[in-house]
Formats: sequence, structure tokens, C-alpha cells
Amino acid sequence: MDEFLASFTYGHAGFTAVSALIKIVFLMLALGPGIASILTWLERRQSAMMQDRLGPNRANIGPFKGWGIFHFLADALKFMFKEDFVPPRAHKFLFALAPVLALAPALIVAAIIPFGAPLCWGQVFEKVPLGACQQPVDLQIAHMDVGVLFYFAISSLSVYGATLAGWASYNKWALMGGMRASSQMMSYEVTMGMAVLAMFLLFGTLEPGAMVAQQGPWPWQWGIWGIPHFVSFVLFLTAAIAETKRTPFDIPEGEPEIIGYFVEYSGLRFGMFFLGEFIEIVFSSGLMVSIFLGGWHVPGEVWLALHLPNIAIVGMTFGFWLVKVFMFCSFQLLIRWSLPRFRSDQLMQLGWQRLLPVSIANVLFTAGWILYSSSK
Amino acid sequence: MAIGVKIVARPGSFQQQMYLPAIAEGLGVTFKHFIKNWFGNMTGNRDKTDIVTLAYPEEKRAYPERHRGLHRLMLRDDGQVRCVACMMCPTVCPAHCITIVPEETVDGRIEKRPKLFEIDELRCVVCGLCAEACPCDAIRMDTLDHAKPVYRRTDAILDKEELMSRGEKSIATQGGVGAFWREKVAGEPQTPAAGDVVPAGAPHGTVATKTL
Repeated sequence: MDEFLASFTYGHAGFTAVSALIKIVFLMLALGPGIASILTWLERRQSAMMQDRLGPNRANIGPFKGWGIFHFLADALKFMFKEDFVPPRAHKFLFALAPVLALAPALIVAAIIPFGAPLCWGQVFEKVPLGACQQPVDLQIAHMDVGVLFYFAISSLSVYGATLAGWASYNKWALMGGMRASSQMMSYEVTMGMAVLAMFLLFGTLEPGAMVAQQGPWPWQWGIWGIPHFVSFVLFLTAAIAETKRTPFDIPEGEPEIIGYFVEYSGLRFGMFFLGEFIEIVFSSGLMVSIFLGGWHVPGEVWLALHLPNIAIVGMTFGFWLVKVFMFCSFQLLIRWSLPRFRSDQLMQLGWQRLLPVSIANVLFTAGWILYSSSK
Repeated sequence: MAIGVKIVARPGSFQQQMYLPAIAEGLGVTFKHFIKNWFGNMTGNRDKTDIVTLAYPEEKRAYPERHRGLHRLMLRDDGQVRCVACMMCPTVCPAHCITIVPEETVDGRIEKRPKLFEIDELRCVVCGLCAEACPCDAIRMDTLDHAKPVYRRTDAILDKEELMSRGEKSIATQGGVGAFWREKVAGEPQTPAAGDVVPAGAPHGTVATKTL
């Protein structure tokens, strides 16, 4: 019995398992879907403000209106009460599986994203200088040396969700949407990988936590500054938007012509696609913030760590990370509501003939630069 | 004829084909609008924003002054209904939406009055002929309001009390001025003088009868 309890002290398996479980529940089940839900409202409200409209501002709980932020609750409620229609000739099992395959990868990629400074176990109410912690609990679900490659591996699985949804619906338009989704996502993953390859050369690691640690607290110490860094950022952002299948790359959904791979979905099944798309935005923003925008670093954190208890520092870094992610999500919404969409062939042309050569050139340039500067 | 491929020249400089400058410019435009509207809306300065939305039940755009809307029955000085049940309006009404049941008055000075005066706003085509036909300024359509939505069709039939509830005292003289009206209104301008601005929504004869 004592042995069992001892396994829950710091550094033992039980402690690691419980802390990982708490982090998983917090990040994947509460924070990710939470921000994504708010984004569904923010998207409509922000786009309205961009287009000189007011947007949804009515939903309220009693007298509390909160600028209409409760619209996402109303939307969820609506999804629950809608008819769950399955086309008669659809493949029942795959039809049910597809939304799960679309939503799950979006959640799983959160595992590698660091979302705050390490918590100092046993010294949470003491002032601990940064890096001097004896028993750190990292605010990151999994430390994996493959890091960003894990992100690619998992996020590319979500193409199965789109393709299966298109195929299992027994609908020509859905099938076309699914085909477009698979071709688009595979094309842009290549660019995405190349963009990260350059950052891998620069940081010397693929682990997002280590990437964050190499960046500084002040904005000019972030990973975005520098020619290969910035080119990588633009390429990665473009590819990430293409991966989330949103305007200007919403060819698979193609609202004006084919409704897309989820044309036959209704109710909560459609809600899973919908939420999955927004969760993808949240966590791809989280990853880009980690690689390019300084992660959870707070300006002046070295001084603050000497004057504030550890728990406050952790809270501040988490809050700052959250603000950065939220701003970046908002920036993605800005792009989505500003740019016109590509045609399907233009999309392929951009992906293979423009972005891929540029990303390969970027990798070569970065490698040459590192070789040159290290040989001096 | 063989199928040929026509190569269309894509115009545009390298800078244009880079997309990025144009994208940055476009993002700037939308972001400027967003910031302006957002701050204006948050601080309650809606007039400084570009927002054109009208939050309808709370904010309403006023109808123009000559708008034909919901009917009303005008009142005499003693508060009684001005209508003399002459049956002009139900006669002229193309939609047959006015129902009048006349009755004799007690005092006998004015012979008739409506016992029942009902307008079915669902049948009404809002042509305004009833107000044109009325000889004694009893029925008007100048409430600057529209027929309210109702749950039951019978609720759209407005009775005399409801029509009178929006009524006011008319400034027209009940029964007219009489045979020698030219002498009685002598010295009053009969038509607006040049340059006099008559309000668009003013009832007919405002200028001629205002001192009587």
C-alpha cells in the first residue's frame, strides 16, 4: 500500500500518469473545444465588424448578454435537437466513423504544444528563478523528440475523415469534396514539412518545448525574425490554412458550387466537423505560436520570477500564451474573411509550382547559411 | 477539327503574382474597418462607426411623413367619434375591409354616428382611398405605423375603440363653416403664399382653417 502511494510522489509513474491525465483533460477536452466554440461566435462577430455589420449579439442568459457570446451555446443546443439524417444508401458505419476521424486528430495534436512555464512541484508558492526548479512539471502533455513530425503524422490522418465522409455519403458532390480534400491536404503537407525543416535546421530540435526555450521573452527575440524564419512562417501559415480547409483554400467545402464532403451531414455529426475545423485552427495557432511567436514567454519574466510566487508565473505565462493563441486565431479569421478563394487548379498550381520550390529553396538557403556561419 | 489548347497569357508583374503585397493591403483594409467598428461599438459611439445594421425592434427607421399606415378615427372637441357614418369609405374601399353599422344620434344635431366601425387590417390594401373619400376628416392613415402582426386573424380586425385610441381632435371644422365661408375666412390666405413651407404631413386646409 505504501509502495502504491509512493508511486504518486514526484518522479514516479503514478505522478506522471495523473499529471498527464489532468493536462489532457484540461487542454484537449476543456481548453481546445472551449476556445474553438468561442471562435465560432468570434468568426461571425468579427466578420460582421469587418463588413460594417453588427453580427450576432442577441443570445443571452437572462440579463447577461456578453455581446452575444452565448451564441455558441445556442448553436450547440440547435445541433443536438436537429434531425440526425443518414442517407438511405450511405455506408452506415463509415458515415458514422468519418466525423470522429475528422475531430480526433485535431484534438490529439495538442499533445506536443507547451502552454506555460514549468510548474515547480513542492515550491508552487515560493519565488523560484526561471530554470532553477528542482521538480519541474512541464505544461506540455508529451515531450517527444519527434515533436512537430508527430503533428504532421496525426493531422494528416484527418484527411481520412474528409475523404471517408465524402465517399460514405453516397453523394456525388460529397465525393468530389472528399477527393478535393485529399488532394489539397496532401499537396500542402509537403510545403508544411519543408517549412518546418528549415526551422528544424535553425533550432536544432523538433521538440516544441525546446523550441520555445530557445526563444526569448521579448518580441524581438521571437523565432519569426530572420529571412528563413519569416519565409518559413509565411509558408507554414499558408499551408496550415490550407490544412484547415478554410477560405481562401475552401475548395473541398466549396460552398458556392459543391457543398463539400459534409453535405449529407446534419445535427451533431456536422457539428463535429465544424468544431473539428475550429479546433484545428486553435492548435495549429498554438503550434505556430510555439515555433515562431515565442510560445508562453512573458516579457520581463526573468525579473518577475524573482518577485512573484511560482504559481503566479505559471498563470501569467499560460495567460500570455492564451492571449497570443487567441490573437493568432483572430488573425486567421481576418485572412479567412478578407481573401477571395482559389480555383481548384490555381490551388494546385500555388501548392506545387510556387510554395514547394520556395520552401525547398528556403531549406537550401538555411542550410547554406548555417554552414557558412558555423565555419567562420 | 482537332481540339487545341489555347494558352492564355496571364497578365501581371512578378510583384502582382507574389500575391503577398496585395494580401497585406487587403488585410489592412478589413482590419481598419474591424478596429473602427469594434472600438466605436464597444464605447457606444455607433455614429462614429461605419455599421449600417439597424437593431430592429430597439431601433427603427422612421417612416416618411406621407406614409400611409394604420388607420385611426379622429375625435370631436367633446371626444366623440368624428365619423358621421356617411358610408363613403366602405363604398370606395376596393378591398371591402371597412364595416360600418350606423345609428341615429340622440341630440339630432348631427344625424348619424357609427354604432360599429371595424377595419380588417388583413384585407386592407393600404390604398388610402378611404381617407381621400372622407368628407369630414374622420378617418386617417397618418399614424406612421404599420399593421401589427397578430396571432389570430380576428385580432387584426380593429374596432371603433381601438381606432379612436390613436385619434386626436381634428382642426377641421365639424360640418364645415357654412354657406358664407368666403366672408368668414376673409383676410386669411387661401393658398400658401410663395415661400411658405407647408409641412409635408400637414392635413389639407391647415392654412385656410387654422384661425376658425
